Amino acid sequence: MKIAVCVKEVPDATAHKRIDPGTKRLDRSGEGALNAFDANAVEEALRLKDATGDGEVVVVSMGPERALNSLRKALAMGADRAVLIADDGAAGSDLVATSLMLAKALEREQPDLILFGQQSSDSDGAVLWAAVAERLKQPVISQVAELTLEGGSLTGKRQTEFGYDVIRAPLPAVVAVADSINEPRYPSLKGIMGAKSKPQETVSLADLGVEAGSAGEEGSHTQVLALSDPPPRGDTRKIEDDGSGAEQIVAFLAEKRLI
Amino acid sequence: MSTLVFLEHHGGELQKGSLAVLSKAASLGGDVAGVIVGSGVDGLADQAAKHGAATVYVADDPKLEAPLPQPRVDAIAQLVADKSIETVLFAQSILAADIAAGLAARLDAGLNWQLTDIATDGGDLVGKQSALGDSVVVDVGWKTTPRIGLFRAGAFDPSEQAAAGTVEAFSPELQEHSLAAEMVEQAHAEESGPSIEDANVIVAGGRGLGEPEKFALVEELAKALGGAVAATRAVVDAGWYPYSAQVGQTGKSVSPTLYIACGISGAIQHKVGMQSSKTIVAINKDPNAPIFEFADLGVVGDLHTIVPKLTELVRARRVS
Repeated sequence: MKIAVCVKEVPDATAHKRIDPGTKRLDRSGEGALNAFDANAVEEALRLKDATGDGEVVVVSMGPERALNSLRKALAMGADRAVLIADDGAAGSDLVATSLMLAKALEREQPDLILFGQQSSDSDGAVLWAAVAERLKQPVISQVAELTLEGGSLTGKRQTEFGYDVIRAPLPAVVAVADSINEPRYPSLKGIMGAKSKPQETVSLADLGVEAGSAGEEGSHTQVLALSDPPPRGDTRKIEDDGSGAEQIVAFLAEKRLI
Repeated sequence: MSTLVFLEHHGGELQKGSLAVLSKAASLGGDVAGVIVGSGVDGLADQAAKHGAATVYVADDPKLEAPLPQPRVDAIAQLVADKSIETVLFAQSILAADIAAGLAARLDAGLNWQLTDIATDGGDLVGKQSALGDSVVVDVGWKTTPRIGLFRAGAFDPSEQAAAGTVEAFSPELQEHSLAAEMVEQAHAEESGPSIEDANVIVAGGRGLGEPEKFALVEELAKALGGAVAATRAVVDAGWYPYSAQVGQTGKSVSPTLYIACGISGAIQHKVGMQSSKTIVAINKDPNAPIFEFADLGVVGDLHTIVPKLTELVRARRVS
């Protein structure tokens, strides 16, 4: 059983996130970290590997070379190796360009199962898996909160807006897990020490056979035109309850003619 | 300009969010069509016409019954090609997001998501995207057609506007990989009390309630205001309240006239489901809770004393 986990380096949660007005891209110059939602996908891959007794967990990512530092967290958790698509020509890729590069890297790996986390914390993106699945012509199940493997197929249970779905698909397949699926393990000291010596490969667009025109800004079909501050949400008022909190709420609601 | 809006349906009704996007598309002008995909969905087309669809494409096939994304990618991709559609718009949902991204890959098309608005600029379209936890608004465009856009829930309200509403049936050719996933079981949460999606007033409870029994405080206030009860994902996951009341990214999106948040920190996952409420009142003991950044009125204090008193005061007003 070979499982690929698609992960992403995002700005560290403590960093102030900003969009660079010059490049109109997210400023990634600060400290990076593994997208927290991806840890659930890595954890699920490790559990499936443990349950089946053998197999391999490969983390696959796209980003600048230094993103390997963040991928090492996945290796420290127990993933076996990392593949990073690192190429200046890939910078500024939108969804459609990113999905192409990831799909090419995944085609080289030929995993039985591809896992994603539920969203990226920097772009609030929660769609990439469906684009990758389409490129690989594999079935996709998203928001999976319970995943079971049986023979050559998998079953995913998920919550939807209306209740829950149970969906089955043959392998190979693409699954995006919800963050409620598990509690990611903390890397052990041994895991952290061992992570550096695990195989970490960087590949270029040429390695993947992706033409320059299909990647980066040139290969992207969306563009950022302008940045602005959000409109203020009217007046926000914050008061300390001095015992009259309830009265003040009632007065506010009455003033707004809501009661 | 030709625009196609994906019309999601559930329980024999088109979803409000889809109709709202359709209304918006109609207001932009051009040829506006809707697409309905499912089994036994013929009767839904009328509703689409009332919201501005000049043409309603309907793919009705038992194979399309389960709300799975990949067969819908086949259906929409076929329409885009056959009808020279330039723009395909979706209202955010678990299903719609997966269709939109699959379609982007299939057509090699640009997808912009988290859109809160869209406008025409010359012959082109510009979307407003809310980014970085709503701290910045990004004007986004598409360099090529077809353009694909995914709107955040509650971005618009549906509005009725008459249109021709010609219904045109079509039979999409389904690809092998699109039929690989199958729905084994589907269960719908039972709704109890008034539906939060239609409620004018919502009182919501979060972790700050401390224990499940304290939801009674929220229920009492909701009752006094004639509203419905909502909950955060954290308390639903903990089993304090049923899933049908969950508001947020993995639950429902609501936009009532009044939203009272009790013991809710206002994390982004919850915020996206309720931020389009007209007026937001928050009660939380943590003065640094993010909800105070977007609540119209925030009260820093103990909800266990404030909420019962508030209920009492509201009741007294109603009686007098």
